[in-house]
Amino acid sequence: MKKLLFFIPLIAFIALGVVFYQQLGKDTEYMPSALVGQPMPEFKLVDMASDSVVSNEAMPDEPYLLNFWATWCPSCSAEHAYLGELAEQGVNIVGIDYKDETPAAKQWLVERGNPYSLVLLDEMGKFGVDMGITGAPETFVVSATGKILYRHQGVVNEEVWQTLKEYM
Amino acid sequence: MIGRCLASLLVVLATWSSTSIANDVLAFDAPEQQQRYRILIEELRCPKCQNQNLEDSNAGIAIDLRNQVYKMINDGQSNEQIIDYMVARYGEFVLYRPVHNASTALLWYGPFALVVIGTLIFVLVIVRNKRHQSKKDSES
Repeated sequence: MKKLLFFIPLIAFIALGVVFYQQLGKDTEYMPSALVGQPMPEFKLVDMASDSVVSNEAMPDEPYLLNFWATWCPSCSAEHAYLGELAEQGVNIVGIDYKDETPAAKQWLVERGNPYSLVLLDEMGKFGVDMGITGAPETFVVSATGKILYRHQGVVNEEVWQTLKEYM
Repeated sequence: MIGRCLASLLVVLATWSSTSIANDVLAFDAPEQQQRYRILIEELRCPKCQNQNLEDSNAGIAIDLRNQVYKMINDGQSNEQIIDYMVARYGEFVLYRPVHNASTALLWYGPFALVVIGTLIFVLVIVRNKRHQSKKDSES
Protein backbone atom coordinates (compact mmCIF):
# COMPACT_ATOMS: atom_id res chain seq x y z
CA MET A 1 0.00 0.00 0.00
CA LYS A 2 2.76 2.42 0.91
CA LYS A 3 4.65 1.62 -2.25
CA LEU A 4 1.60 2.52 -4.28
CA LEU A 5 1.80 6.07 -2.94
CA PHE A 6 5.15 6.50 -4.69
CA PHE A 7 3.42 5.95 -8.01
CA ILE A 8 1.02 8.86 -7.55
CA PRO A 9 3.29 11.35 -9.39
CA LEU A 10 3.69 8.90 -12.27
CA ILE A 11 -0.06 8.35 -12.47
CA ALA A 12 -0.68 12.11 -12.41
CA PHE A 13 1.94 12.54 -15.13
CA ILE A 14 0.32 9.92 -17.36
CA ALA A 15 -3.15 11.41 -16.81
CA LEU A 16 -1.90 14.88 -17.79
CA GLY A 17 -0.07 13.37 -20.75
CA VAL A 18 -3.27 11.76 -22.03
CA VAL A 19 -5.21 15.03 -21.66
CA PHE A 20 -2.59 17.07 -23.49
CA TYR A 21 -2.09 14.42 -26.18
CA GLN A 22 -5.78 14.54 -27.04
CA GLN A 23 -5.53 18.29 -27.59
CA LEU A 24 -2.58 17.97 -30.00
CA GLY A 25 -3.25 18.88 -33.62
CA LYS A 26 -6.57 20.54 -32.82
CA ASP A 27 -7.31 23.85 -34.49
CA THR A 28 -6.58 26.40 -31.80
CA GLU A 29 -8.60 29.07 -33.61
CA TYR A 30 -11.72 26.92 -33.62
CA MET A 31 -14.55 28.42 -31.65
CA PRO A 32 -18.03 26.92 -31.51
CA SER A 33 -20.78 29.31 -32.52
CA ALA A 34 -23.25 30.34 -29.83
CA LEU A 35 -25.94 30.51 -32.50
CA VAL A 36 -25.97 26.90 -33.70
CA GLY A 37 -29.44 25.49 -33.04
CA GLN A 38 -30.92 28.97 -32.69
CA PRO A 39 -33.23 30.73 -35.12
CA MET A 40 -31.62 33.39 -37.28
CA PRO A 41 -31.61 36.77 -35.49
CA GLU A 42 -34.12 39.36 -36.72
CA PHE A 43 -32.63 41.71 -39.25
CA LYS A 44 -33.41 44.59 -41.57
CA LEU A 45 -30.86 44.94 -44.33
CA VAL A 46 -30.69 46.60 -47.73
CA ASP A 47 -30.93 44.24 -50.69
CA MET A 48 -28.17 45.09 -53.16
CA ALA A 49 -30.23 44.33 -56.26
CA SER A 50 -33.45 46.17 -55.42
CA ASP A 51 -31.94 48.77 -53.06
CA SER A 52 -34.85 48.20 -50.68
CA VAL A 53 -34.92 47.09 -47.04
CA VAL A 54 -35.70 43.42 -46.52
CA SER A 55 -36.10 41.27 -43.40
CA ASN A 56 -36.08 37.58 -42.46
CA GLU A 57 -39.02 36.79 -44.77
CA ALA A 58 -36.84 37.49 -47.80
CA MET A 59 -34.65 34.46 -47.02
CA PRO A 60 -34.99 31.29 -49.13
CA ASP A 61 -37.49 28.66 -48.02
CA GLU A 62 -35.02 25.86 -48.64
CA PRO A 63 -31.75 25.09 -46.83
CA TYR A 64 -29.10 27.59 -47.87
CA LEU A 65 -25.62 28.88 -47.16
CA LEU A 66 -25.23 32.31 -45.61
CA ASN A 67 -21.85 33.64 -46.67
CA PHE A 68 -20.22 36.76 -45.18
CA TRP A 69 -17.82 38.30 -47.67
CA ALA A 70 -16.20 41.61 -48.57
CA THR A 71 -14.00 43.01 -51.31
CA TRP A 72 -11.31 43.90 -48.74
CA CYS A 73 -10.97 40.29 -47.67
CA PRO A 74 -8.31 38.21 -49.47
CA SER A 75 -9.72 34.84 -48.36
CA CYS A 76 -13.11 35.83 -49.82
CA SER A 77 -11.35 36.31 -53.12
CA ALA A 78 -9.88 32.81 -52.76
CA GLU A 79 -13.22 31.13 -52.12
CA HIS A 80 -15.26 33.09 -54.66
CA ALA A 81 -14.63 30.74 -57.59
CA TYR A 82 -15.64 27.71 -55.51
CA LEU A 83 -18.86 29.41 -54.38
CA GLY A 84 -19.58 29.92 -58.09
CA GLU A 85 -19.19 26.18 -58.65
CA LEU A 86 -21.55 25.40 -55.77
CA ALA A 87 -24.14 27.84 -57.12
CA GLU A 88 -23.93 26.08 -60.50
CA GLN A 89 -24.64 22.78 -58.74
CA GLY A 90 -27.83 24.38 -57.47
CA VAL A 91 -26.78 25.32 -53.93
CA ASN A 92 -28.67 28.37 -52.72
CA ILE A 93 -26.17 30.91 -51.34
CA VAL A 94 -27.14 34.19 -49.71
CA GLY A 95 -24.30 36.70 -49.52
CA ILE A 96 -23.83 39.30 -46.81
CA ASP A 97 -21.58 42.07 -48.03
CA TYR A 98 -19.84 42.75 -44.72
CA LYS A 99 -18.51 46.25 -43.87
CA ASP A 100 -17.83 46.99 -47.50
CA GLU A 101 -18.14 49.74 -50.09
CA THR A 102 -21.23 48.96 -52.15
CA PRO A 103 -19.94 50.21 -55.55
CA ALA A 104 -16.77 48.11 -55.19
CA ALA A 105 -18.86 45.10 -54.18
CA LYS A 106 -21.17 45.50 -57.18
CA GLN A 107 -18.20 45.71 -59.51
CA TRP A 108 -16.61 42.62 -57.91
CA LEU A 109 -19.77 40.61 -58.63
CA VAL A 110 -19.92 41.86 -62.22
CA GLU A 111 -16.26 41.01 -62.84
CA ARG A 112 -16.10 37.64 -61.06
CA GLY A 113 -19.63 36.39 -61.40
CA ASN A 114 -22.37 36.36 -58.80
CA PRO A 115 -22.91 33.06 -56.92
CA TYR A 116 -25.55 34.59 -54.63
CA SER A 117 -29.32 34.33 -54.98
CA LEU A 118 -29.55 37.40 -52.77
CA VAL A 119 -26.93 39.89 -51.58
CA LEU A 120 -27.65 41.97 -48.47
CA LEU A 121 -25.55 44.91 -47.35
CA ASP A 122 -24.24 44.97 -43.80
CA GLU A 123 -22.28 48.19 -44.07
CA MET A 124 -21.85 48.81 -40.34
CA GLY A 125 -21.27 45.17 -39.44
CA LYS A 126 -24.27 45.16 -37.07
CA PHE A 127 -25.77 41.98 -38.52
CA GLY A 128 -22.30 40.42 -38.41
CA VAL A 129 -22.18 41.03 -34.65
CA ASP A 130 -25.71 39.62 -34.26
CA MET A 131 -24.52 36.48 -36.05
CA GLY A 132 -21.43 36.32 -33.84
CA ILE A 133 -18.92 36.48 -36.67
CA THR A 134 -15.30 37.42 -36.02
CA GLY A 135 -14.31 38.37 -39.55
CA ALA A 136 -14.80 37.39 -43.16
CA PRO A 137 -15.26 34.95 -44.75
CA GLU A 138 -17.68 33.02 -42.58
CA THR A 139 -20.34 30.65 -43.82
CA PHE A 140 -23.43 29.37 -42.03
CA VAL A 141 -25.75 26.54 -43.00
CA VAL A 142 -29.34 27.67 -42.42
CA SER A 143 -32.37 25.38 -42.56
CA ALA A 144 -35.53 26.01 -44.59
CA THR A 145 -37.22 27.22 -41.40
CA GLY A 146 -34.44 29.70 -40.67
CA LYS A 147 -32.58 27.75 -38.02
CA ILE A 148 -28.78 28.00 -37.90
CA LEU A 149 -27.31 24.52 -38.25
CA TYR A 150 -23.59 25.00 -38.69
CA ARG A 151 -20.92 27.68 -38.86
CA HIS A 152 -17.63 27.57 -40.73
CA GLN A 153 -14.92 30.19 -40.27
CA GLY A 154 -12.57 30.72 -43.21
CA VAL A 155 -12.44 29.69 -46.83
CA VAL A 156 -15.04 27.26 -48.20
CA ASN A 157 -13.48 24.68 -50.49
CA GLU A 158 -14.15 21.15 -51.70
CA GLU A 159 -13.13 19.64 -48.36
CA VAL A 160 -15.16 22.06 -46.23
CA TRP A 161 -18.18 21.59 -48.50
CA GLN A 162 -18.19 17.86 -47.65
CA THR A 163 -18.89 18.87 -44.04
CA LEU A 164 -21.36 21.64 -44.87
CA LYS A 165 -23.28 19.28 -47.17
CA GLU A 166 -24.07 17.01 -44.21
CA TYR A 167 -26.11 19.81 -42.65
CA MET A 168 -27.98 20.92 -45.78
CA MET B 1 18.94 76.70 -38.14
CA ILE B 2 19.04 73.01 -37.26
CA GLY B 3 17.78 73.85 -33.80
CA ARG B 4 14.83 75.72 -35.26
CA CYS B 5 14.03 72.79 -37.58
CA LEU B 6 14.09 70.39 -34.66
CA ALA B 7 11.92 72.71 -32.60
CA SER B 8 9.26 72.96 -35.32
CA LEU B 9 9.44 69.20 -35.83
CA LEU B 10 8.80 68.72 -32.11
CA VAL B 11 5.81 71.05 -32.26
CA VAL B 12 4.41 69.14 -35.24
CA LEU B 13 4.93 65.79 -33.52
CA ALA B 14 3.39 67.03 -30.29
CA THR B 15 0.23 68.33 -31.95
CA TRP B 16 -0.01 65.25 -34.17
CA SER B 17 0.11 62.83 -31.25
CA SER B 18 -2.39 64.84 -29.23
CA THR B 19 -4.91 64.83 -32.09
CA SER B 20 -4.55 61.07 -32.60
CA ILE B 21 -5.18 60.52 -28.89
CA ALA B 22 -8.15 62.89 -29.00
CA ASN B 23 -9.85 60.58 -31.53
CA ASP B 24 -9.94 57.81 -28.96
CA VAL B 25 -11.57 59.85 -26.21
CA LEU B 26 -15.17 58.83 -25.68
CA ALA B 27 -17.68 61.08 -24.05
CA PHE B 28 -19.63 59.67 -21.11
CA ASP B 29 -22.43 61.26 -19.10
CA ALA B 30 -20.90 60.20 -15.81
CA PRO B 31 -17.41 59.14 -14.67
CA GLU B 32 -19.04 56.00 -13.26
CA GLN B 33 -20.02 55.00 -16.81
CA GLN B 34 -16.48 55.47 -18.03
CA GLN B 35 -15.28 53.25 -15.20
CA ARG B 36 -17.82 50.53 -16.21
CA TYR B 37 -16.74 50.82 -19.85
CA ARG B 38 -13.11 50.34 -18.89
CA ILE B 39 -13.86 47.30 -16.73
CA LEU B 40 -16.13 45.71 -19.35
CA ILE B 41 -13.70 46.00 -22.25
CA GLU B 42 -11.00 44.64 -19.98
CA GLU B 43 -13.09 41.59 -18.99
CA LEU B 44 -14.53 40.79 -22.41
CA ARG B 45 -12.36 38.71 -24.67
CA CYS B 46 -11.79 39.50 -28.32
CA PRO B 47 -13.32 36.62 -30.32
CA LYS B 48 -10.87 37.10 -33.17
CA CYS B 49 -7.49 37.36 -31.45
CA GLN B 50 -8.23 34.99 -28.67
CA ASN B 51 -5.61 35.91 -26.12
CA GLN B 52 -6.45 39.59 -26.00
CA ASN B 53 -9.32 41.45 -24.44
CA LEU B 54 -11.41 44.01 -26.30
CA GLU B 55 -9.31 46.80 -24.87
CA ASP B 56 -6.00 45.50 -26.22
CA SER B 57 -7.14 44.28 -29.59
CA ASN B 58 -7.21 46.29 -32.77
CA ALA B 59 -9.06 43.64 -34.77
CA GLY B 60 -12.03 45.03 -36.67
CA ILE B 61 -14.49 43.01 -34.64
CA ALA B 62 -12.95 44.16 -31.34
CA ILE B 63 -13.42 47.78 -32.40
CA ASP B 64 -17.05 47.05 -33.32
CA LEU B 65 -17.69 45.34 -30.00
CA ARG B 66 -16.04 48.17 -28.05
CA ASN B 67 -18.33 50.61 -29.83
CA GLN B 68 -21.28 48.38 -29.01
CA VAL B 69 -20.34 48.35 -25.31
CA TYR B 70 -19.99 52.13 -25.40
CA LYS B 71 -23.37 52.51 -27.10
CA MET B 72 -25.12 50.18 -24.68
CA ILE B 73 -23.67 51.96 -21.64
CA ASN B 74 -24.80 55.33 -22.98
CA ASP B 75 -28.24 53.81 -23.64
CA GLY B 76 -28.43 53.09 -19.93
CA GLN B 77 -28.10 49.30 -20.11
CA SER B 78 -26.70 47.42 -17.14
CA ASN B 79 -23.46 45.43 -17.11
CA GLU B 80 -25.54 42.28 -16.97
CA GLN B 81 -27.47 43.22 -20.11
CA ILE B 82 -24.24 43.98 -21.96
CA ILE B 83 -22.64 40.70 -20.91
CA ASP B 84 -25.79 38.75 -21.86
CA TYR B 85 -25.73 40.46 -25.26
CA MET B 86 -22.14 39.34 -25.87
CA VAL B 87 -22.68 35.80 -24.58
CA ALA B 88 -25.77 35.37 -26.78
CA ARG B 89 -23.62 36.10 -29.83
CA TYR B 90 -20.16 34.80 -28.99
CA GLY B 91 -20.80 32.28 -26.23
CA GLU B 92 -19.28 32.12 -22.76
CA PHE B 93 -15.97 32.09 -24.54
CA VAL B 94 -15.92 35.91 -24.46
CA LEU B 95 -15.92 36.05 -20.67
CA TYR B 96 -12.49 36.37 -19.10
CA ARG B 97 -14.35 35.91 -15.82
CA PRO B 98 -16.21 32.61 -16.35
CA VAL B 99 -19.71 32.15 -14.89
CA HIS B 100 -20.17 29.84 -11.89
CA ASN B 101 -21.93 26.66 -12.99
CA ALA B 102 -21.46 22.90 -12.98
CA SER B 103 -19.04 22.86 -15.92
CA THR B 104 -16.82 25.56 -14.43
CA ALA B 105 -16.98 24.30 -10.82
CA LEU B 106 -13.61 22.54 -11.12
CA LEU B 107 -12.07 25.71 -12.50
CA TRP B 108 -13.41 27.93 -9.71
CA TYR B 109 -13.19 25.60 -6.71
CA GLY B 110 -10.54 23.07 -7.82
CA PRO B 111 -7.63 25.17 -6.48
CA PHE B 112 -9.30 25.50 -3.06
CA ALA B 113 -9.91 21.75 -2.96
CA LEU B 114 -6.23 21.18 -3.81
CA VAL B 115 -5.14 23.54 -1.02
CA VAL B 116 -7.33 21.66 1.47
CA ILE B 117 -6.02 18.27 0.34
CA GLY B 118 -2.44 19.54 0.40
CA THR B 119 -2.82 20.97 3.90
CA LEU B 120 -4.34 17.71 5.14
CA ILE B 121 -1.45 15.68 3.74
CA PHE B 122 1.04 18.18 5.15
CA VAL B 123 -0.50 18.00 8.65
CA LEU B 124 -0.76 14.21 8.47
CA VAL B 125 2.92 13.81 7.54
CA ILE B 126 4.03 16.17 10.33
CA VAL B 127 1.93 14.44 12.97
CA ARG B 128 3.23 11.08 11.87
CA ASN B 129 6.85 12.20 11.91
CA LYS B 130 6.36 13.67 15.37
CA ARG B 131 4.90 10.43 16.69
CA HIS B 132 7.73 8.51 15.09
CA GLN B 133 10.25 10.85 16.64
CA SER B 134 8.75 10.64 20.16
CA LYS B 135 8.62 6.84 19.91
CA LYS B 136 12.30 6.81 19.01
CA ASP B 137 13.06 9.22 21.88
CA SER B 138 11.25 7.06 24.44
CA GLU B 139 13.00 3.92 23.15
CA SER B 140 16.46 5.41 23.49
